[in-house]
Amino acid sequence: MIAPRSTLALLALLPRQVPTTLSIFAARGRAAMESAALGWGLIVISVIVFLIFLGFLALPLWRNRGRGDLSMAGAAQAVRDQHDHPDEIRGILLLGLALPALVLAAVFVWSTIKTSAQAQPFAVNDPDASERADAVVIGHQWWWEVRYPRDGVLTANELHVPVGRRVRIALSTEDVNHSFWVPQLAGKTDLVAGQVNTIWLEADTAGTYYGECAEFCGPQHAHMGFTVVAESPADYADWLATQHAPAVPATQPEVQAGRAAFASLGCAGCHAVRGTVFQGRAGPDLTHLASRATLAAGTLPNTRGDLAGWVADPQRVKPGNRMPVVAMSGTDLQAVVAYLESLH
Amino acid sequence: MATRVEPTPAPAGAARPTDPREAVERLRWIWETPRTLAGALTTVDHKTIGIRYLWTAAFFFVLAGADAALMRVQLAHADSRFLSPEAYDQLFSMHGTAMIFLYASPVLSGFSNYLVPLLIGSRDMAFPRLNAFSYWSFLFAGCFLYGSILVGQAPDGGWFAYVPLTTRAYSPGPNLDFYALGLLFLTISTTVGAANFIVSIAKLRAPGMSINRMPIYVWSTLSASVAMVFALPSLTVALVFLELDRRYATHFFDPQGGGSALLWQHLFWVFGHPWVYVVVLPAFGIVSTIIPTFCRRPLAAYTLVALASVSVAIFGFGVWAHHMFTTGMSAMATSFFSAASMTVSLPSGIATASWLTTIWFGKPVYKTPFLYCIGFLLLFVIGGLSGVMTGLVAFDRQVTDTYFVVAHLHYVLVGANVFPVLAGVHYWFPKFTGKMMHEGLGKLSFWVLFVGANVLFWPMHHLGLAGMPRRVYTYAPGMGLDAGNFWSTIGAAIFSVGFLIFVANVVRSLAGGEPAGDNPWGASTLEWSVSSPPPAYNFARIPTVRGREPLWEQGADEIAALDSGARGATLLEGRETLGTTVMDAADEGIMHMPGDSPWPLALAAALALLFWGLMLRGFWPSLLGVVATVFALGAWFWPAGHHGPGVPPRRGGAGREPAYGGGAA
Amino acid sequence: MTTADAQAAGPPARPPLSAGRGGHDVGWWGMMVLLATEAALFSYLLGSYFYLAVQHPTWPTIGAPPLALVAPNTALLVASSGAAWWADRSADRGNRVGLIAGLALTIVMGAVFLGVQGLEWSRADFRPQTDAYGSMFYTITGFHGAHVLAGLLALGHTLLRAITGAFPPGRTLAVNNTVLYWHFVDVVWLVVFTSLYLAPRF
Ligand code: HEA
Ligand code: HEA
Ligand code: HEC
Ligand code: CUA
Ligand SMILES: [Cu+2]
Repeated sequence: MIAPRSTLALLALLPRQVPTTLSIFAARGRAAMESAALGWGLIVISVIVFLIFLGFLALPLWRNRGRGDLSMAGAAQAVRDQHDHPDEIRGILLLGLALPALVLAAVFVWSTIKTSAQAQPFAVNDPDASERADAVVIGHQWWWEVRYPRDGVLTANELHVPVGRRVRIALSTEDVNHSFWVPQLAGKTDLVAGQVNTIWLEADTAGTYYGECAEFCGPQHAHMGFTVVAESPADYADWLATQHAPAVPATQPEVQAGRAAFASLGCAGCHAVRGTVFQGRAGPDLTHLASRATLAAGTLPNTRGDLAGWVADPQRVKPGNRMPVVAMSGTDLQAVVAYLESLH
Repeated sequence: MATRVEPTPAPAGAARPTDPREAVERLRWIWETPRTLAGALTTVDHKTIGIRYLWTAAFFFVLAGADAALMRVQLAHADSRFLSPEAYDQLFSMHGTAMIFLYASPVLSGFSNYLVPLLIGSRDMAFPRLNAFSYWSFLFAGCFLYGSILVGQAPDGGWFAYVPLTTRAYSPGPNLDFYALGLLFLTISTTVGAANFIVSIAKLRAPGMSINRMPIYVWSTLSASVAMVFALPSLTVALVFLELDRRYATHFFDPQGGGSALLWQHLFWVFGHPWVYVVVLPAFGIVSTIIPTFCRRPLAAYTLVALASVSVAIFGFGVWAHHMFTTGMSAMATSFFSAASMTVSLPSGIATASWLTTIWFGKPVYKTPFLYCIGFLLLFVIGGLSGVMTGLVAFDRQVTDTYFVVAHLHYVLVGANVFPVLAGVHYWFPKFTGKMMHEGLGKLSFWVLFVGANVLFWPMHHLGLAGMPRRVYTYAPGMGLDAGNFWSTIGAAIFSVGFLIFVANVVRSLAGGEPAGDNPWGASTLEWSVSSPPPAYNFARIPTVRGREPLWEQGADEIAALDSGARGATLLEGRETLGTTVMDAADEGIMHMPGDSPWPLALAAALALLFWGLMLRGFWPSLLGVVATVFALGAWFWPAGHHGPGVPPRRGGAGREPAYGGGAA
Repeated sequence: MTTADAQAAGPPARPPLSAGRGGHDVGWWGMMVLLATEAALFSYLLGSYFYLAVQHPTWPTIGAPPLALVAPNTALLVASSGAAWWADRSADRGNRVGLIAGLALTIVMGAVFLGVQGLEWSRADFRPQTDAYGSMFYTITGFHGAHVLAGLLALGHTLLRAITGAFPPGRTLAVNNTVLYWHFVDVVWLVVFTSLYLAPRF
């Protein structure tokens, strides 16, 4: 039995060192660092503005307390004294218009400089951005298809990037809108139906970063995570090579039985395993499933128990997701799991 | 609609009252709606309609608030299974949709309906029947939208319902049809309501109330109404496209068929951003009315504040794409909309400075309405500052679609809508009912609500910065999200308690509040010159205004005279008020107004039938709805019998209605 | 001397009226606001049309729609505005026959316009479901057609009232407003016509 666990619980269990944070201030990439710096600046400015405001509010409230009464005569006098008083108007124009205008102009310029550093690598609507990008991420309800077009790699819910390099990523969607967000590396970019958006992704420090979908995309929007692994260029090259290779042929009897069950149960209708006849497209490519850190878009850690739990009842952990419950015997389940675990 | 008529000499033999008591008697006969069921269904009295708006909006607030309470229970701790994802999605969508469309804007329509004619010294709105129609169709549209919850198929695409998620392919159920049709229906109600305010304010101000003497509340209602008139059609177009795509396989939003998914976002936000100002401008107006009263002085820099509210309404149309910074727009475009968002903040700065100056040079009296205004100031400035932060692209790309935005929107909406509304209720309750609210309970409700709101919404900033996306039905433990969510739920509970205290105060005061008198706060605007509650005809004599603060500037005798009916009878020949010129409010003539009528209700019911027919995809009900609508319109505009002026007061007699036909909207 | 001052002076109960002093009735103002929001509606429709247009290499995707039917039809609608203007003027001058004839003529012309528009729809070789262009084309012309229909209903209503004799001079607001609305529908058509039929030819 698997405990009903959700998105990120698993991260603590992962073998690799994984930061258990999504904080935008724990930035590890240039774009995110710029946003974080701006964010701190804005917070400081806002606090100052608020304190000034608070002073102007609290002081008279305190000083003038108890001086008022609801008589008409006092008010009538005030109309005569204070009606459109030029000093008041000048003060308001200064404190309410001129000073805020300065502050707003300053933060606008600051932000705009940062924004231009975060520009898209390809022109808006560049028709072949998807071919020329280093990696392509395609959103599905509720998982991420990941392709490295030039390296012949197809995987899901996990990106690898060489540390310290700027990687160009093209984003598109198969169904509804989603949004690609790795808080520690960069701000969001939406995956908009019928459109290809592109971003730079850059990690300064090796490590695993957590990403999530940030545009409401249906009932399982809460469970549409992914991981970004930033590693040394050599490790990255290794990873690409492994992912490029077709699945290792099944040799052990249990694995072979699992492969047969995978076919007979209909899994292959939705899932592809390269190097075999399984060519389903509706679900994630499983060729190297065992190499992935998480299952079902960051919903479960990729352990044997969780994998078995997922295959036996995917609707339990992620109610409403697009993988149906496939009825199968205990032995079939064991076999299928063994097969899936062999897909390194 | 009110029709201008040529001066008609009173028919020979008509009773010409000279005695004030007789004049008042006659006015009551002309204006009062009989307290019967038929009277309740046909009345066009703006005060009755205004109060109904307030109650109905409060009702939807409680429903939408209950949705939120359920959401907060679900989010109180990680991995909660209290709600299914589908249920959660319907709840947050209904919560947002209902709060924005069925609470925040109608509640202000309630105030404006009640107050605008009184503030401008008129006897009713320009189109009293249209006003009744606005209310009925709002009620029906609201029930239509919330009806979806009864069948468990409420809209579940969020309040801005982005395509393609909301198209038939990804949302085959009726959920989004409720949304699209319900809002289309509501749009009709809101548009005619706004038109009514604009014309009333333009034409029915008391003589002497030139535009530079209009109360700020009137300015803000005018600005909001103008924004409505130009913003709502964008929503209409978006909803029609959506419904056509869903029902008739058109391709407006379908990229495969040459459409565009972003078109929806543009259309929605071209409406949506002006709309968020629509739901605060009249609230600013409330604050700008109350602060001066309790600081015992006029509002500082009146002209600047009036200009500020107009310019917020106008600039509000130029910032919509700040909701779309992450959709892949060019850097040029995002910078433009970012700069526009900075600009649109400036008028709010002016308004804030004006309120502060008013307090600074005033003599504050700490009554409950004033406390709520202080609460408003604190919450609104926090919300405004977070708005400015999200208006900056490089920061927004990190916080958009996170709880940071949820924090922003609640600080501005709760701060600048709910708090001013509560201030307004405490302030005008004596006028509405003739009874005072309890000060102690009022202050207690303020403090509980203020603390509750901050405990509820402040942690959301932290949650957003810690990376919690919005619209997630659950989250994982150990990610730095647990404490914030827990406190937020506690805050929701505190807030609810505060609201219950407020409700208790209303109930108590309705039953046994101390009598209020005409002007318990010593306020300056015209509504306080008449009795509490005001008579059906508002003013026995249409006042003549000599300044911005009539009751402060015009001496006590004159004020008394404003409403005595003692100085000669005026406008006693039927439902009449004065029409004046647009800028100077110079007397232009008598406006005749229609009386009570069943047709507004009939038309709203016919439309409800039509929309239900469309909803159920029933051909016959829809056709019946169309026929009924056309018929109701025809009957409405068909001239009523001519009841000439000077019909002597005969209670309950035939011929109560003094209207001329002439398109009696 | 203002109204109220006059009243304060004593019994003459009627305030001095100045109804003839220019300025417009609230009914006219109401119509203006209605037209403003309607104009905004069509702007958003056409805005959406052009938003899609600029994103498409070929637009209209089906080629510019033919002018054979629509050009004379446009002329007819413009002419109907003339008839409506005549009805309006007749009403102001108390010429009941002119009013009735003008309204009737407008209605006939408007109805023919609508019929031809229907014919054009039935002849077109694309449907709203063909592609986004088709959706836009039918929806925009359909919205306009619905406004024509509403105008016709209002004109018919006014005609009925005119026949029963409801419009003495000075009480012609309903006529004025209906005709104003009709002119508006006409102007909107010119904009729609220019955008949908003429613009693609340049
Ligand atoms: C009551 C309604 C209301 C109001 C008044 C505002 C006011 C503002 N809003 Fe807000 N906004 C919403 C309701 C409102 N908003 C809602 C509902 C959403 C979410 C929609 C959704 O996605 O569901 C939203 C979302 C939203 C976004 C999109 C965020 C995102 O999704 O990523 C942005 C971005 O620019 C924004 C900006 C602003 C700005 C700049 C203001 C400005 O007008 C604020 C101006 C006020 C002040 C600045 C404070 C007073 C001024 C001073 C004290 C002077 C000194 C100030 C300075 C020197 C800075 N708002
Ligand atoms: C005027 C507007 C308004 C108001 C007043 C509120 C008030 C509240 N809002 Fe809401 N909110 C929105 C407008 C508003 N909201 C919008 C536009 C959204 C975006 C929706 C979207 O994403 O599409 C949103 C989204 C939103 C979310 C984010 C959902 C998500 O992204 O997943 C949350 C989560 O906590 C929330 C909570 C609350 C709470 C607890 C209150 C409380 O203040 C409510 C308090 C009121 C009551 C509780 C009712 C009265 C109380 C009683 C009668 C007592 C007894 C009843 C019970 C305790 C059951 N709101
Ligand atoms: C109707 C289509 C369908 C069928 C049949 C199907 N799956 Fe899936 N599968 C999916 C989809 C869709 C997902 C992604 C779910 C998500 O994360 O939201 C998925 C996810 C998975 C995953 C996790 C992949 C990852 O990268 O995290 C595994 C493992 C898996 N399926 C195995 C199986 C097995 C074994 C069977 C047969 C018993 C099967 N699937 C049958 C559609 C299907
Ligand atoms: Cu995908 Cu949210
Ligand atoms: Cu906005």
